[in-house]
Amino acid sequence: MDAVSETTAKRRKGATAEELATRQRDISVSEFFAKNRHLLGFDNPRKALLTAVKEAVDNSLDACEEASIVPEIAVIIEDLQPERPASAKSSRYRLTVIDNGPGIVRKQVENIFGRLLYGSKFHRLKMSRGQQGIGISAAGMYGLITTGRPMVIHTKPKAGGPAHHIELAMNTKTNRAEVTTDDEVKDFPPARLAGLSSGTKALSAEGGFLSTEAFRTGTSVSIELEGRYQRGRGSVDEFLELTAIANPHARITFVPPSRESSEDDEGSILAGAEASAATRATATTETGGVVIYPRGVHELPPETREIQPHPKGIELGILLQMLKDYEATEKGSLFKFLQERFCRVSSATAAQMCKAAGATSRTRAGDIEAPQAEKLFQFFQEVRLPPPPTDCLAPIGVRQLLAGLLKGVRAEFYAASSRSAEVYRGRPFQIEAAIAFGGDLPADDPARVIRFANRVPLLFQQSACSSFKAVLETGWKNYNLQQPRGSLPAGPIVIMLHMASVWVPFTSESKEAIADYDEIRKEMKLALMECGRKLGTYLNKRAKMRREGERRDVFERYIGEIAKAVSAITGEDAKRLYDALHAQAKRKTAVADQQLDEDGRVVRGQEDPDDDGVIIVPEAMTGGPVDEAMSGPQSEAPGRRPATRAPGERPARAKPAASSPPAKALPRAKHASPKAASPKRASKPASKPSGKPAPAAPPKVPPPRPAPRRTFPDGPTLF
Amino acid sequence: MAKKTTHSIAERDARTQHKIVELAKDISKMTLSGREPQLSIPTRTKSNTLWNRKKGILEMGDGTADRPLFDLKTAKQFMQTMLHASTIKDLIEARKTSSLRGVFYKAKHTVAGTKENTFDTQDESDPILEDLEVALGALREELHVFAENRGSMVGNITIVDKGDEIDCRRMGSGGYALPSIVEPDVIQFKKCEAKFILHVEKGTVWNRFNEDRFWEKHNCILTHGAGQPPRGCRRLLQRLNQELGLPIICVLDSDPWGHYIYSVIKQGSISLAFESTRLAIPEAKFLGIRAKDFRQCGLDDAVKIDLTENDIKRAREIAAYPWFEGHKGWQKEIQAMLTNGFKMEVESLITKDISYVTEVYVPERLKAKDWLD
Repeated sequence: MDAVSETTAKRRKGATAEELATRQRDISVSEFFAKNRHLLGFDNPRKALLTAVKEAVDNSLDACEEASIVPEIAVIIEDLQPERPASAKSSRYRLTVIDNGPGIVRKQVENIFGRLLYGSKFHRLKMSRGQQGIGISAAGMYGLITTGRPMVIHTKPKAGGPAHHIELAMNTKTNRAEVTTDDEVKDFPPARLAGLSSGTKALSAEGGFLSTEAFRTGTSVSIELEGRYQRGRGSVDEFLELTAIANPHARITFVPPSRESSEDDEGSILAGAEASAATRATATTETGGVVIYPRGVHELPPETREIQPHPKGIELGILLQMLKDYEATEKGSLFKFLQERFCRVSSATAAQMCKAAGATSRTRAGDIEAPQAEKLFQFFQEVRLPPPPTDCLAPIGVRQLLAGLLKGVRAEFYAASSRSAEVYRGRPFQIEAAIAFGGDLPADDPARVIRFANRVPLLFQQSACSSFKAVLETGWKNYNLQQPRGSLPAGPIVIMLHMASVWVPFTSESKEAIADYDEIRKEMKLALMECGRKLGTYLNKRAKMRREGERRDVFERYIGEIAKAVSAITGEDAKRLYDALHAQAKRKTAVADQQLDEDGRVVRGQEDPDDDGVIIVPEAMTGGPVDEAMSGPQSEAPGRRPATRAPGERPARAKPAASSPPAKALPRAKHASPKAASPKRASKPASKPSGKPAPAAPPKVPPPRPAPRRTFPDGPTLF
Repeated sequence: MAKKTTHSIAERDARTQHKIVELAKDISKMTLSGREPQLSIPTRTKSNTLWNRKKGILEMGDGTADRPLFDLKTAKQFMQTMLHASTIKDLIEARKTSSLRGVFYKAKHTVAGTKENTFDTQDESDPILEDLEVALGALREELHVFAENRGSMVGNITIVDKGDEIDCRRMGSGGYALPSIVEPDVIQFKKCEAKFILHVEKGTVWNRFNEDRFWEKHNCILTHGAGQPPRGCRRLLQRLNQELGLPIICVLDSDPWGHYIYSVIKQGSISLAFESTRLAIPEAKFLGIRAKDFRQCGLDDAVKIDLTENDIKRAREIAAYPWFEGHKGWQKEIQAMLTNGFKMEVESLITKDISYVTEVYVPERLKAKDWLD
């Protein structure tokens, strides 16, 4: 510091400690987050709209699952300024999310929607989407700040009873809700919503939209907010698509606003177009603008149990606090405390621990002093304990992962793997991975990574996320994919990673990226490698089959000419010669195919012979019906492996269904035929005919064949 | 005489025709009986070429290569062979002949339903015809196929070509163009005073000799084969040698290429080993240019052309040919060239005098019988 500024600083009259003290006061969480709304994901209008949807949908799904109700969720975004100028970057929207969950009892409404950091999920160790108790109230607060309008809640906790209609605004100073309207109505789900557009009218007319039967109980939340609706990466559409993939048991209806906001620049449009091509939901249907993500499986995820913390997963300060709490409520012994408040502590271990703390089994927990607690804590680290129980986790499951991907991504090959539970910081977690390859996915782009934590899609901060790092660190070259140094693999591939845990370590409150714990990343890599091996095996086989296919093509190309030439010399009937040669060519390559199958089986045999985590959809190459691969198994004889070959395919390529075909169809599932789930599905061009392809259609090209190619019907076309 | 020739031609055509039909019938039989169709074609490679020391010529061995249809490597060739077989049958039936290029065009088309051509270039087509020659055991002219005219001849001889009498003493500056088919039914020798044949490598040198009327002064026949002499040229030389007993004296460049031309004229070539008995002239002699000539003729440094690495490699290969291996003169010659480190063309003698080669060099060497054989 130079002399001049030093003297100035001295001369200026400073505030005294007393004066400063008058300005020092409590900061309400609501105030803090109102100022720092980017921490919660409300950085810009587009992301704010998405975050609001996300928080509401997460809450709805959690509520349904806790009440063991198969979720039925509607997301409706109304544009409240449809007449705004075309150049407007944002608009005012009314977001309404309705679920068929258990509803909320009247007295809790204010707390749940009107306070930050109030919730049921923070204090327990149980797997759920929400963790902190910030989400939906923050969304309401954002709406209030940007539009001044209160949140509107309809909730119906009893099937026969009335619905509460509550309008509330949050007071950020006090972190409490101020209720402006509170009455009871019969109107649930609100009838107004069914009449929003021609699409909603048509759907509700057939009972497919907000029917009173499907929503016997439930909650509807409406928030008016400043936002921007635009499709593409990081959009509401992408979020719902991915949510549908990770939650195949949920049926989600989405009514988008009538128009998109004006675009920022050309680049984002393109990026958006790519994104939607990569995840074009094949089973998704659209009626008059209403998008339906049908249910893929009909069973709820297994119910999870709440667990006590694991001794190895807590810190010293937490232990001290726990001791204090215990004294305040139970006044029990240390021995009892250890057994009740921790998991995996048997009576023998508890006795050992008491001894280590220099106490007896009858010492009161409240009498434990800090030095003793520290000894106890030390002992926690040294003692051998079983890992925490894993029934607190509900992984998506291999079958559901495949169902979800099959529903959401149009590819040729799908593989999934589910690791067994592991522990980080004393908290159990479980990693699942799935990949989709080929089909309609863009061939030269870097892989697309879709990340989930407790079934919630993570759309932002990809590169900060442990799962993204795990993808980078996996050696995809081993599985016949290209991978530039230090980058994502390139090719038509979508990589999906899911972490299920009682506490997902997010890098920030907006829950956008998973923190980079070594234990977590290692499990992720192992899961990816499992999928990668399956893909590698498939690609090897596909390369072989392609070579065989080309071989056959070459033969077929020339035999017409040969038949003609030989006929011209000998006078033998050209067609007869052609047929004989054609039969030989078929036989020749059929033999080759057979060998290929056997090879394939040998390769598979080295792996787990019972792994069912693979689906191959040969039709995906030509846009054939994916539905058949899904519904196919149901029509097959029991015990027989279903062939996923299309009916029109050449028999020479046929693999005997009994002899371990490479294509394993979805294991027999209870999932609905997508047709039943969405009666209007045929109205979208992307949706496929549910019936078998007409015999007149061009013959199906087997998977490895490069299309288009010439095919030889039985009669030669040459003569 | 003329009638008899026609008759024999008809017989020969019938024979060839029969061979083609038999070949196709075999394929047809294999096809219809469900066996895999395949052609068996004698291989025209060095490994299947034998050196007949006694006769002094190269001969084709018994080795054959199967050409199955259902093999990626041979499928297209199989088709091409059958296409050419069919084309040739048509030619014979129509009693017409076609050039190699004509046959190529006749069989070249797009494979039905694809964008692929049956043949892309003539380079693909010509070897298939040679395959057919060996597979059928029929010569090119028997297949009614001919190559372009290449090479010229002047000298003290009168021949009959398709009934036209040709006096090779009166051919002006261009000479008699050597056709590709020179069999006795096409060309007969009528009157010959020449005592030997001087064969030079290429047209430019031949022009020098012709302009200086070398053949008149030395009573000989003067020919060239435009580099590697084609079959027509070699066959004519061979017939002149065999039927009229004329010795063949070659004036070629002093480089591996010139040595190889001599080797082909003398022993026959690898790819046409099956025709050696009709083409090779074991008596042929190599007069020059010799490696020693640079010093002996006192040539200027400017005529030197450095041997490339490829030349050196090729020279060593030629030195290792069994027919050169045991030949002391040739081993010395090639070694001398390698030691020199340069090659020389016949034209290099022009640096002495424009007609040095015709007036001094060749006459002196002929007189001294200074040649390699």
